[in-house]
Amino acid sequence: MNSYFHSVTLDKELCRGCTNCIKRCPTEAIRVREGKAKIIDVRCIDCGECIRICPHHAKLALTDTLESIKKFKYPVALPAPSLYGQFGSEVTINQIITGLLELGFYKVEEVAYGAELVSRAVEDFLQHNYFPKPAISAACPAVLRLIQVKFPELINHIIPIKAPMETAAALAREEMQKEGYPSKEVGIFFISPCAAKVTAVKNPLGTSTSAVDGVIGISELFGPLSKIIKKRQEVPNLRKSTAAGVSWAVTGGESRLLRDIRYLAVDGIVDVSRVFEEVVMGRLIGVEFIEGLACVGGCVGGPLTVENPFMAKALINSYAKAKQVKLPELPPHPDWQDLLWENKIKPLDVLRLDDDMKVAMQKMEAMESLQQALPGLDCGSCGAPTCRALAEDIVQKQADEVDCVFKLREKVTELAEMMVELSSKMPPSMGEKDKQKR
Amino acid sequence: MKKEERIKPIVMRFVVEQGNFQLAGEASSRIKSRLLQLGFSGSLIRRIAIATYEAEMNLVIHSYGGTIEAQIIPEIVTILASDTGPGIPDLEKAMQEGFSTAPEEIREMGFGAGMGLPNMRNCSTEFEIVSEIGKGTNITMVIS
Ligand SMILES: Nc1ncnc2c1ncn2[C@@H]1O[C@H](COP(=O)(O)OP(=O)(O)OP(=O)(O)O)[C@@H](O)[C@H]1O
Ligand code: SF4
Ligand SMILES: [Mg+2]
Repeated sequence: MNSYFHSVTLDKELCRGCTNCIKRCPTEAIRVREGKAKIIDVRCIDCGECIRICPHHAKLALTDTLESIKKFKYPVALPAPSLYGQFGSEVTINQIITGLLELGFYKVEEVAYGAELVSRAVEDFLQHNYFPKPAISAACPAVLRLIQVKFPELINHIIPIKAPMETAAALAREEMQKEGYPSKEVGIFFISPCAAKVTAVKNPLGTSTSAVDGVIGISELFGPLSKIIKKRQEVPNLRKSTAAGVSWAVTGGESRLLRDIRYLAVDGIVDVSRVFEEVVMGRLIGVEFIEGLACVGGCVGGPLTVENPFMAKALINSYAKAKQVKLPELPPHPDWQDLLWENKIKPLDVLRLDDDMKVAMQKMEAMESLQQALPGLDCGSCGAPTCRALAEDIVQKQADEVDCVFKLREKVTELAEMMVELSSKMPPSMGEKDKQKR
Repeated sequence: MKKEERIKPIVMRFVVEQGNFQLAGEASSRIKSRLLQLGFSGSLIRRIAIATYEAEMNLVIHSYGGTIEAQIIPEIVTILASDTGPGIPDLEKAMQEGFSTAPEEIREMGFGAGMGLPNMRNCSTEFEIVSEIGKGTNITMVIS
């Protein structure tokens, strides 16, 4: 359980132990201990909320550097569609692709094109298979983790088709192999808007291994890439994607490509949770497809993006409007089997209090009475996001009742009263006179 | 043989007000998150959540208000929904799929398909409904 890799980590030097992040975490995966934030790995879904909120920039995403592409003779760049929204309306997608090549990549395989293949596969999959409704998109890894942690009952609603990143990576590998490049010398690098994708490469969901070798954050590449891109310069047409795949960068982009389907597109991890809650309770009847994205605005709002998400969104939307939307041809069903997941994903069971349900019940009772005794202010001073979370930590022996400042004060008062009482007590050998002298 | 230990159930109780759509779903959602912490399986949680939510919504929409109570023991949850009126005149009809007396404005909110009670029965292992005009309705669902 501890071996789970996370991209989101803490820079201890920068962390001041403030409680901004613990309050914002949707899975209550952060505590402040000994003055520093601590991420509970099994609960973290890599949504990046803490990266966004931390006023001291102490939350980081572990990613690869641009330098690391040199480890491979033939590095391939896989730009996320959201990269196309980063450079303003003066820069074309072809210029961005050319820029990537000039930065040292040998080849560019657009994830936007992978997205188009996925769109086709999903449409076909839903038409030809009986599937629990609403079907849930597998595109955002943070949302998949959210389901594993908090909504195990929705796992079988997830469409078992690889995400655009994996699809594009597999395609790039295949093409390079066909052209005769030795597989060991080909390194595939995803240019990512988020930490969740890094984790998805290290701990693949639905496949046993990832075809991606490294993940570079958009923010890491933004500086050098903007310098290289020369505005309005003539560049060759290297694009394979259409506006269809590019539109995946914003919320609703994926859904709009599915014809004749009643969809709901929702973004922001809190709202995604809310929608899933409704699904579990049997509401949202008639909704056939849910596109849930952890970041507000969609991937253009990813924690590793640079451009203001609203500007980026407007730009991406303008592409979708200007260009006709064309999906690539996919072989007819069921020939796209390669895009299907190899493995089922499983619930993570990290919120359960104990493996033994009877013990879990005892712990819950204990939590309940502890919670009653706490002030209910959810102030965060104890390092836990809520009084209930502290009660849980106490029951799990991860915290102490006096971690609560109010409880501590009560105890100190009790102690002080006891001391006053004790100080008035005299050894029996001393008489009344001794007392008066003092 | 050792006498089986009696397990004290965990009891959760919620007051549900007539017409309060703001809080509607609160009871079901809270019960659901406790069940997850206790380690109930996804499919069981799902059935319990649906049944509780339908019962809760019926209290909000059709009754004068009442309570939802969950009694939890390992692998078995009993949901009690009771209200103080007005009662259901024809239970057999009410239990039919598609029967609903919900007015237009409720239908506009997406309720009133007449599927609540049938769904509750389908999700339950044991289902009992008792209703008396002027007194109220009591529903007991055992879900395991
Ligand atoms: N607690 C209650 N008190 C009084 N009448 C009720 C109560 N619960 C249900 N009813 C009656 O039974 C009918 C059927 O209930 P049911 O839950 O199956 O459907 P609905 O609530 O009308 O629609 P849906 O549940 O699909 O939104 C209701 O329309 C209402 O007339
Ligand atoms: S919405 Fe996009 S950028 Fe944000 S976490 Fe999900 S995949 Fe990453
Ligand atoms: Mg109903």
